[in-house]
Amino acid sequence: MRNGIAKRQEALDQADLVAGNGLMSRRALLTAGGRMTVAAAAGGMSALAVSRSAAAEALSVPPSMTVPGAPMSGYGQPSPYEEAVQRGVLKPYGDLAPGTGVSMTPLQHLAGTITPNGLHFERHHNGVPSIDPETHKLLVHGLVKQNLIFTVNDLLRYPMTSRTCFLECSGNSFFNSFPKPMQMPCGMIHGLISGTEWTGIPLATLLDEAGVDPKGKWILAEGADSAGMSRSVPLDKVLDDCLLALYQNGERLRPEQGYPMRLLVPGWEGNMNVKWLHRIKVTEGPTETKDETSKYTDLQPDGIARQFTFPMGVKSVITHPSAGLAMQGPGFYEVSGLAWSGHGTIAKVEVSADGGNSWAEAALQEPVMSMMLVRFRLPWRWDGSLSRLMSRAVDDQGNVQPSHEAWAKQYATGPAGNLYHCNAVQTWEITAEGEIANVYV
Amino acid sequence: MSMSKRALATAGLVLALSSVSARSEPQLGQPISDADIAAWDISIPPSGEGLPPGSGTFAEGRDVYAQSCLRCHGEGAAGKPADALVGGQGSLSTDAPQKTVGSYWPYATTLFDYIRRAMPLESPRSLSDKDVYAVTAYILGLNGIIPEDAVMDAASLPDVQMPNRDSFVSWYPSPPR
Ligand code: HEC
Repeated sequence: MRNGIAKRQEALDQADLVAGNGLMSRRALLTAGGRMTVAAAAGGMSALAVSRSAAAEALSVPPSMTVPGAPMSGYGQPSPYEEAVQRGVLKPYGDLAPGTGVSMTPLQHLAGTITPNGLHFERHHNGVPSIDPETHKLLVHGLVKQNLIFTVNDLLRYPMTSRTCFLECSGNSFFNSFPKPMQMPCGMIHGLISGTEWTGIPLATLLDEAGVDPKGKWILAEGADSAGMSRSVPLDKVLDDCLLALYQNGERLRPEQGYPMRLLVPGWEGNMNVKWLHRIKVTEGPTETKDETSKYTDLQPDGIARQFTFPMGVKSVITHPSAGLAMQGPGFYEVSGLAWSGHGTIAKVEVSADGGNSWAEAALQEPVMSMMLVRFRLPWRWDGSLSRLMSRAVDDQGNVQPSHEAWAKQYATGPAGNLYHCNAVQTWEITAEGEIANVYV
Repeated sequence: MSMSKRALATAGLVLALSSVSARSEPQLGQPISDADIAAWDISIPPSGEGLPPGSGTFAEGRDVYAQSCLRCHGEGAAGKPADALVGGQGSLSTDAPQKTVGSYWPYATTLFDYIRRAMPLESPRSLSDKDVYAVTAYILGLNGIIPEDAVMDAASLPDVQMPNRDSFVSWYPSPPR
């Protein structure tokens, strides 16, 4: 055992520096321990090795071993010590419209790729409705042979399937469309993204049952909330992989996520994943609702607006280290973050520690799934100097995450410029004092 | 086990032999008539299909607006505290684009649809169809898109030419070349 650790340590110490400013080969992780997790543990030891000074104190019996613990409970809660891990709430209209706005996932405090249900981001246009599943119904109508109405109990009897995928608000990272970089935690900038196992009924099943008229090419999906949220979705996508989702990470949907049911449109704009879904109308063309014309269209500098820009572009962000966290002195760090693409599967994530002068390929945590968050990792030895950390993702369709400059050039600026589809490379600047700031490069 | 295997095999056979798709099981949807879904079927496409009977004018709309919208969208719908509903025409290709119903929205039918489903914010679905036509006429009139004496109804609303109608480019199924 000791021998094994020593060997891994040696491998890490000898690891090739593969890019500027201390980035080490991901192979150090993969070959040294055989497994990424084991090697990462060894990496932690290496940091200790650097900072180890005085001997540790003598151990005493932990109090938790001396008294019985708390009894069982009906529904578990996070540790009280994790109370500070909260969604960040933004209400653009304040008390005038308290249910209109967002809450954002604190990405800098989470690991892995699955978003806890209580921390899943929210975007509502007029609050979270309270819906009794006994009265909620789903209507399928329009260009179909037969209008059909389904109760929730009916729907729970259908054959189901699960899809683990990301869900990203089209406005995620909108702060990075501002002319000057905003200083706030990583999750407040990029936290309108989740990774979730959704379980439900392929929409194709219900449409088949109603009998789609060949003239039908789109659907209109409508929520039973007080915004009557409605979006048009092309029928090809609906029949390909859309779900009527009833479960979220194993439990029934949270009210904020559309209880008792939502539309799941894998890889496409979050806004299309209509929550509190109660109506699907098969139509010839798009309905041109407010949220696919006035909003969720992307204005270019020439005054032309892109419409129906459905897939969320290839993107990545380093969550560790990132704004909202502080460095703990020079030494070993595992750089880790999330990557995803609405066009397919992440093929590669590169990391730079020197502001983009040199790049090294990160290790991708298995499983790497289409249209799902991927966790990437790369060992880094920070020498304590001013450093700029960046990540850049590439997907299997050849899409490359754009630089901030290249992204911004495509769109109108100003207070009513374009806020949508911001997939620009994120740069975190780490000062010698260990502070982490958002910068544009 | 073998029972369910046989059942699956039979289902496969049925799938192969008949036009009824196996994935449609268990067929629990209940038929419902067009008349019975009227209260829900409120989405209005650019063709105007589904627009309800009734009509409204700018003058009537001014009253509806004062009563139900003014406190959030401001005098003359100029905005504050909520979104401006007028202005910004000609600004979209400048450094300070202003997106409003008048400068940005491509279809007048969307305005009717949205007000009817979502406004006023604290009591959506509370306005009569006539009031929705009227306040729609008021906002379009304030923007100079229709004359103040125009009557908005199921026939006239889809014909309204929005100034920014041709400035949207569809990226589905693929970006323009
Ligand atoms: C309590 C405040 C409030 C009242 C009253 C109100 N609105 Fe609104 N309105 C809002 C808010 C907030 C939004 C933005 C909603 C969102 O983000 O989805 C909005 C959005 C709109 C929009 C879309 C603007 C755009 O460019 O996308 C229109 C049109 C509109 N309201 C019309 C009306 C009309 C007409 C009335 C009166 C019948 C009305 N509103 C009453 C608060 C209000």
